[in-house]
Amino acid sequence: MKVAIFIPCYVDQFYPQVGIATLELLEKLGVSVSYPENQTCCGQPMANAGFEHLSTECNDLFVNNFTAFDHIVSPSGSCVLHIKDHLHSVQYEKDALHIRSNVFELTEFLTDVLKVSDIKSRFRHKVGFHQSCHGQRGLGLSQMSELVAPGFSKPEQLLRMVEGLELISLDRKDECCGFGGTFSVSEEAVSVKMGKDRVADHLKYGAEYITASDMSCLMHLEGILKRQKSSTKVIHIAEILNTVK
Amino acid sequence: MKNRTEILERVKKNQPEAVPLPVITVAGSGSQDLAQKFVRALGNIGGTAIEVRDWDEIILHITDRFSPTSRWISMIPELGNPSVYTEFSKDPRMLENVSVAILEGHFGVAENGAVWITEENMGDRVLPFICEHLVLVIYASSIRDTMHQAYEYLNSSSYSFGTFIAGPSKTADIEQSLVLGAHGPKTMTVFLLKTMNK
Amino acid sequence: MAESLSGSSGSDHATLATRFNKDESRVDWHDETLWFIRKKRDKAAWQIDEGEQLGETASQIKNNVLGNLYEYLLQFEENARANGIHVHWASTPEDHNKLVHEIIAKAHISRVVKSKSMLTEECHLNEYLESKGIEVIDTDLGERIVQLAGEPPSHIVLPCIHWKKEEIGDLFSRHLGTPEGNSDPQFLTTAARLHLRRHCMSSKLAITGVNFAVAETGEIVVCTSEGNADLEVQLADVHIACMGIEKIIPQRKHLGVFLRLLARSATGQPITTYSSHFRRPRSGQEMHIILVDNGRSERLGSNDFRNALKCIRCGACMNTCPVYRRSGGHSYHYAIAGPIGAILAPGLDMKQHADLPFASTLCGSCSNVCPVKIDIHDQLYKWRQVLTKNDHVSETKKSGMRAMAMVLSRPRLYAFAGGATRWLMKYLPFVISNGLNPWYKQREMPMAPKQTFSEWYLQKKKSK
Repeated sequence: MKVAIFIPCYVDQFYPQVGIATLELLEKLGVSVSYPENQTCCGQPMANAGFEHLSTECNDLFVNNFTAFDHIVSPSGSCVLHIKDHLHSVQYEKDALHIRSNVFELTEFLTDVLKVSDIKSRFRHKVGFHQSCHGQRGLGLSQMSELVAPGFSKPEQLLRMVEGLELISLDRKDECCGFGGTFSVSEEAVSVKMGKDRVADHLKYGAEYITASDMSCLMHLEGILKRQKSSTKVIHIAEILNTVK
Repeated sequence: MKNRTEILERVKKNQPEAVPLPVITVAGSGSQDLAQKFVRALGNIGGTAIEVRDWDEIILHITDRFSPTSRWISMIPELGNPSVYTEFSKDPRMLENVSVAILEGHFGVAENGAVWITEENMGDRVLPFICEHLVLVIYASSIRDTMHQAYEYLNSSSYSFGTFIAGPSKTADIEQSLVLGAHGPKTMTVFLLKTMNK
Repeated sequence: MAESLSGSSGSDHATLATRFNKDESRVDWHDETLWFIRKKRDKAAWQIDEGEQLGETASQIKNNVLGNLYEYLLQFEENARANGIHVHWASTPEDHNKLVHEIIAKAHISRVVKSKSMLTEECHLNEYLESKGIEVIDTDLGERIVQLAGEPPSHIVLPCIHWKKEEIGDLFSRHLGTPEGNSDPQFLTTAARLHLRRHCMSSKLAITGVNFAVAETGEIVVCTSEGNADLEVQLADVHIACMGIEKIIPQRKHLGVFLRLLARSATGQPITTYSSHFRRPRSGQEMHIILVDNGRSERLGSNDFRNALKCIRCGACMNTCPVYRRSGGHSYHYAIAGPIGAILAPGLDMKQHADLPFASTLCGSCSNVCPVKIDIHDQLYKWRQVLTKNDHVSETKKSGMRAMAMVLSRPRLYAFAGGATRWLMKYLPFVISNGLNPWYKQREMPMAPKQTFSEWYLQKKKSK
């Protein structure tokens, strides 16, 4: 099984520890992982801003980087969803299709492909899990509170395998954090208010750490936590799962 | 006419390929006690449902609840004369001071506590809405489980005006505080007659 | 950098929402109220044995309507006419308003009562009639409140959800003569009941909306919990019902599906208090139905956007939308706000409403609560592409995006740009962390790490 990791642009630039944790975690689980060095971005920031038509070159670059692999794994629900829904290439459509059909967010890769039942990790803290929207409603990583359907959550399933981790309950289990890409800047007031409300929910229930499968949400929440000078920190789920005993 | 032609032309040109209608499967009610379900549902939405054995019991309840000196109109022969029927068909405004209106409904719906009533049983179309307190009588055996079963019954009905009434008139427009008696009746009582259907 | 989008500087969603957010405790109140209604909707949804299947059925019925709208419209018109109802057609809001006015003028009436109709809001009917000297009294309590206040409704089902009871008390004391300082909802509603009843009693012409129009039988259904539509219609000599052409449903039995869904989605009630089926006019009364197009027939032809025509105007999308709850309906500057408004409005006026599809994080909650399964968040994304192609975005944004596209498709340029940004953040942070940077207003910037992931990986590779 040839696996490549795709590290989102902002993770590469600002949160390399998430990429490192992802790589190390997969290797620990017996996966031989490649990292195509010419990768940059999935193109989502442009597409969501209405500039899908400008992402042709970016898409082709992505296709060329990843087409040789059986599985492409990324520690980002929103990037993976974007690839699944919007990766097309005029020149290399067959390759694009292959990638769309074999791209996975990290936690779903662990639960659905590797079928992990035990993670040798320890994280003795009270943790709040923020369910990022694209991963949840787009990729089906966990059940949506709007639907009349049984509950489940792939990320929470993994977190419950971590020794000492206390998962807190929240008032609003799956409300959006307010990041939304360029929304975070163009609608700053609402974006921040949404983030503040998410933070307040986690703090209300005593979270020492807020985790998620998307660093973009966490970057936004961290910005707010730091401005509030809170002692609560953010941490990507890959980092928790990779914390050795 | 120009508007009509233009609109229809545009619609015809633009409508997508037709897809078939879904089949609506109507689940059976099973062994549910529909009368009990109805009573609960109506209670949840601010109305009152009372199971009774006969018309006399209804009369007792009504005289107990409502002041006999206020203006009552009953369209049910067993419960007093439909006294001013011929008069009020002229001007519905004459019914403004009706305190209690007693009407017969055709059937109830258990899932939401609604009662179906048509013009024939209203006396005047305005009566169920203009009165201060509405009393409806239905046979307990007429209660259907859901709206699907309700429309099975109504499928071939040729009413001119009919309505589902579920509880008293209400609004929560002022800071989500529920207030009964917005425009229409302040209370709504449904008697479930347990005698055989006439 | 907070760009104002073309045609609406100062009155775009972002600006209006920022203003709305100045009073944080009020935003919390508005947000909590609507979230509570969303929770009531969830509870009601779980009461339906069929679960999501009922919505699937409703969606398929509406899909069938879209593909047969021409036939259904003709069928409806024929049956309604056979029932003694006058049927009129209006292409534009102006046509609609003129028709309504003609009917009013012919009946020599100068004051009319109107129950809730978003279609009439869309057409700005009240303003038109008032300009012709006709007084319009909105009889729905929430609508009357905003009417007295001189504002449009902020929510299609809960028109004055943004008003506090003390403010309503003040309003009523000024307009209805209620005692100053009384903000008791029961008392105020009773005062409104008396006031509005007087208007219904003295008004000879009633205007209503239409929730559903049945092609098979030529009847219309109007749903209210107050009973205002029924009261006003039954006391009037003339009834005018206004509807968008997409409100048609094929058969009477389909009402069973929609009436089970509408109130549950809207407010969590199993059904509205009154679901009145008007098939023939009241004896001696004139009844008119006005079928309005206003862009619907054109939208019907769009593969991407036609699904929005399935909407039954329940408002569930607004209640769940985290952005709507924290920006209020008026921030959407259109008769219909929230997610559904954001995909309808640009179709009518791209320039005026170019900002709306961007007033969203694309979280997808709206699509999940929609009882007729409209792909709202997908349409928001698609509208963004359309608006960009049609040049409704600022020059700054365009050039910024072109630069981004270039950087992201050239690995070496990307590495350079990333390095440059991180260097600035480390050594000249004020260049980025300052008052001109919207991110920085209420959030700290992320820290610049020593190495990127790529750099770490390459270093690791070399050391092997």
